[in-house]
Amino acid sequence: MTVETRFRPGERVRVMQAYPLGHVRTPYYIRGASGVIERVCGAFPNPEELAQMRSGLPKQPLYRVRFAQAEVWPDYRGGRADTIEVEIFQHWLDRAEVGE
Amino acid sequence: MSELGKYAPLTYFQLMEVSLRELLVEKGVVSDAEVDAVATDMKTRGPERGAKVVARAWTDPAYKQRLLADGTAACEELGLDVPALRLVVVENTPEVHNVIVCTLCSCYPRMLLGLPPDWYKSREYRSRVVREPRAVLAEFGTAIPDEVAIRVHDSTADMRYLVLPLRPADTEDWSEQRLAGIVTRDSMIGVAPAKAA
Repeated sequence: MTVETRFRPGERVRVMQAYPLGHVRTPYYIRGASGVIERVCGAFPNPEELAQMRSGLPKQPLYRVRFAQAEVWPDYRGGRADTIEVEIFQHWLDRAEVGE
Repeated sequence: MSELGKYAPLTYFQLMEVSLRELLVEKGVVSDAEVDAVATDMKTRGPERGAKVVARAWTDPAYKQRLLADGTAACEELGLDVPALRLVVVENTPEVHNVIVCTLCSCYPRMLLGLPPDWYKSREYRSRVVREPRAVLAEFGTAIPDEVAIRVHDSTADMRYLVLPLRPADTEDWSEQRLAGIVTRDSMIGVAPAKAA
C-alpha cells in the first residue's frame, strides 16, 4: 500500500504552511518555503500515523527537497549558492506555481 | 576522593529504562547478557566503519560512483550492515561543502560512526547550523571560502547521511588503510576537513 508518487526530481514544490498537533517530521522553519525536488527517497510509513500507534499505511513518498538558504532565512549571511536539503513527505508538498 | 555513596536519584527516563529492561528479562524476551552485549557494542563502536567506506571511495572511482548512487548497497558490498536506515552519501567538492544535522532530534549514522558526540545532540548546534552554517563551522576551526557553497542536510525522516570529505593533497601514494586512519568522525559529519597531518 503506497501512495502514488506525484513529483519528479527538478520539479518546484512548496511546503504546506500548516501547524497540526502531534508528531510531525516537517521542521517549522521550512513550512511555507519553496524548493526543488532533489531526489525521490522511496516510500515510508507516515510517521504522524505511527506516532498514534497506527500502521502508517499507505506508505507516503518521501523526497529530499533543496531550498535556497537566502529564501529560507531573510537575514541569511552567506553566499547565494548556499542551500539546505530537507526530507519531506509528499502530503506536506504542493506543486509551486509557475514563476515562483 | 571516592565517589561511592554519592548516587544521584534516577531520573524519570532512567527509571523507565530499568523497569522496562527488567520486565523484558523477567518475561524471557531478552537476556541480561544480550542487553550487555548490545550496549558494549554501541559504546565501543567508533567511526572506523565510516572511515573504511571513505578510504575505499577515495581509492576506487567506480566504488565512489556506486556509493553516491546507493549508500546502503555500497556499504553492504564492504560487509557493513546498515540495518533500518537508508544511507545517503554526499560528496564534498572544491565547489560544495556538505554538513549534516538533525534539527528535530539526533538522527545519526550510528552503524558507521558509533554514538554521536554530545554537541551533535545539543540544541545550539541543531538550531544554529541550519541558519548560520558558516559561523558554526568557523567555531569548529573550519573556514569555508565565500566561493564554496555550503549545503546543509537536515536528517528529518528515514535517511541517514555521511559526508565524503575531500581527499587531502599529497596523499596520492597512500594505501587505503593509511588513508582510513586520517578520516575523522568530524570530517564525515562535515564540520571539519580530513587532513593528511
